[in-house]
Amino acid sequence: MEVPNEHTISVKELSVGYDTLSVAKNINFTVKSGELCAIVGVNGIGKSTLLRTLGKLQPRLKGTIFIKGEKLETYSPIQLSRALSVVLTELPASKNLTVQELIALGRQPYTNWLGNLTVADKKLVQQSLDSFLLTELRDRKCHELSDGQMQRVLIARAMAQDTSVILLDEPTTHLDLYHKVQILKLLQNLAHHQQKTILFTTHEIDLAIQLCDKILILDGTENPFGNPCELIDQKHFERLFPPEMVVFDAKTGAFKVNK
Amino acid sequence: MHATKSYQISFVLILIALILAGVLNISSGSVFIPFWDIVSALFGDTLKEESWQYIIWNYRVPKAFTSILVGGGLSLSGLLMQTLFRNPLAGPFVLGISSGASLGAALLLMGVSMLSGWTSFTLFSDISLAIAASVGSFLVLLVVLMVAQRVKDTMALLIIGLMFGSITSAIVSVLAYFSTAENLQRFIFWSFGSVGNLSSQQVVLLFGIVVLGTVLSIASIKPLNAYLLGEHYAQSLGVSLKKSKIVIIVATGLLAGGVTAFAGPIAFIGLAVPHLTRQIFDTMEHRILIPAVFLYGAILMLLCDTVAQLPNSAHLLPINAITSLVGAPVVIWLLVRKRKMLF
Repeated sequence: MEVPNEHTISVKELSVGYDTLSVAKNINFTVKSGELCAIVGVNGIGKSTLLRTLGKLQPRLKGTIFIKGEKLETYSPIQLSRALSVVLTELPASKNLTVQELIALGRQPYTNWLGNLTVADKKLVQQSLDSFLLTELRDRKCHELSDGQMQRVLIARAMAQDTSVILLDEPTTHLDLYHKVQILKLLQNLAHHQQKTILFTTHEIDLAIQLCDKILILDGTENPFGNPCELIDQKHFERLFPPEMVVFDAKTGAFKVNK
Repeated sequence: MHATKSYQISFVLILIALILAGVLNISSGSVFIPFWDIVSALFGDTLKEESWQYIIWNYRVPKAFTSILVGGGLSLSGLLMQTLFRNPLAGPFVLGISSGASLGAALLLMGVSMLSGWTSFTLFSDISLAIAASVGSFLVLLVVLMVAQRVKDTMALLIIGLMFGSITSAIVSVLAYFSTAENLQRFIFWSFGSVGNLSSQQVVLLFGIVVLGTVLSIASIKPLNAYLLGEHYAQSLGVSLKKSKIVIIVATGLLAGGVTAFAGPIAFIGLAVPHLTRQIFDTMEHRILIPAVFLYGAILMLLCDTVAQLPNSAHLLPINAITSLVGAPVVIWLLVRKRKMLF
C-alpha cells in the first residue's frame, strides 16, 4: 500500500506533441496518491496527447515526468505496467472476449510466461468485477455490452492491473448523464478508498468541478492547475471558452449559453 | 480466463476425431486394403500381403502425417495472422502469403530456366523449390506488415493481399507463356497442392519447420492475448511490441511459407479453421486456441485429402480444389450467420 500523500505523478516543464509539432507546452502539476484529477480544455488543445505521453505510449518533446519519484524513462516496459495503467478511447480489438477474460488480461504484468492466473490474481479479478458492478455480466461478450458497461469493464481491467497510477482518456464520452456520474463516482471511490492516483481527460467540466480533487486546465498558455475552488476563484474557467458564446457561473460552478 | 478444465472433454473428443480421421485417411486410396488389416498394420503386425505393408508404411502413413503438419501448420498461421492484424479475414491466402510462395516457385521453376535456357527441370531440387517458395512468402509477409503499420484500415490490408494475388498470377502467366511445357506442368502440379509427393527427407524437414513455428507460437501466447486488446493496451501491459511482433511474424512465415513450399498453395484452411474452432472452443484465450486450432486443422486436412483420393479409384483430385470447396462455403456461412465475423 502506498504511503498517503506521496507525490505519485509529477510533471515539470512538459511539452507534448508529434515530432517537431508541439501540441501543448509548459505543463506543470503534481498529483498525490488518493487524488482524482481531471484534465480539461477545448478540443485539439492536447489532452489526449498529454495522457498518452504520461503513459509512455508516445515520446515526450521536452520536460520531465516523475512516476512515484522515478523518471518515466527509467522504467522498463514491465516495471511501468506494474506502476501505471491506461484506459483509452479505442475499444478492444477483439469483440469476442468475455468481460472476465478482458479484466483478467489486466493481470498480465504479474503472471508467468503462459499467463496462468494464481489464486491471488483471481481474487483481484473478482474484486474488480465486484467494484464495477460487473459480476452478473462476467460471461457476456464485449460486443453484447452497452457503452456504459464497456467503459466499466475497461476501468475494471485497469483496476485489476493494480497500479498506483491510472490514466483514462475521456471515460465519460458517449454516456448519458446518469452513467457519466456513475463512472466518475466509481473513479472517485477508487482514488479515495484505494489510494490510487487517477487522471482523466474530460469535457464534463461541471461534473469535474463537483467530483475531482484537482483539475488541470489546458488553455495553451499557463495551463493552471489546482483544486476546483481555487481555480474558480482565480476565474480560470471564465477564460476557457469565448464569452460571447459560453459564460461560467461561479456560484453554481456550471457553464451557461450566452443568449 | 476460463478454467482450462472445462475444455478437457472437448480436447479428448477432438483427439479421438483426429485418430479416426487419420485411420480413415490411411484406409482410403487407389488400392483397396481391408480396414482391419490397416488397423493391425498400424499396431505393428506384419501383413500377409507385402505390397500392402509397403503401401501403408511408405506411402499412406507419411501422407497422413504430412496432412496433419500441413493442416495444423496452416491453421495455426491463420490464427496468428488474425490476432496480429486484428482482422478476422486474415489468413495465408487472403493476405497474399500463398501468392508470394507461388511467385517464388514460379520464378524458380519457369523464370530461371527461361533466362538461362535450361530445359531440364531436374536441375532444380525440391529443396530449392521449398526455399524459393519460403522466401517468396516471407517477403510478402514483411511487405504486408509494413503496410499494416502505416495503414490502420483493415480493408486496405485485404485489398493489398488481393493485389499481390493479381500481380502473382500476371507474372505467372507471362512466365508460362515463355516456359517449356515440362516446367509449366511442374509448376501447375505444385500449384494444385499435394500432401502425397513428399520424400521422407522432405517430411522430416517440414516436421522440423512446423515444430519450430509451433514452439514460437506457444512462446508468444501472452503477447498474443494482449494483442486482443489492441497495440496500445498490449504496450501498457508490458509487452514489447517490436520483439513480440518479430517472433510472431517469424512463426507465421515458417508455418505458412514452409507448408506452402512443400504442399503447394492450399486455400482457405488457414482462414476458415480458426473460425470453425471458435464455434466449439468459445474462447479467445490462445492457450486453448493454439492446440485446438492445430488439431482441428489437422483433422480437416486429413478429411479433405481422403475426399481428394476419390476412394477406391486411381484418380487424385487437386487438394486445393477440395479445400476451397469446403472452406469458401464455411466463410460465407459464418458471414451470413453471424453478420460480422468476430475474432
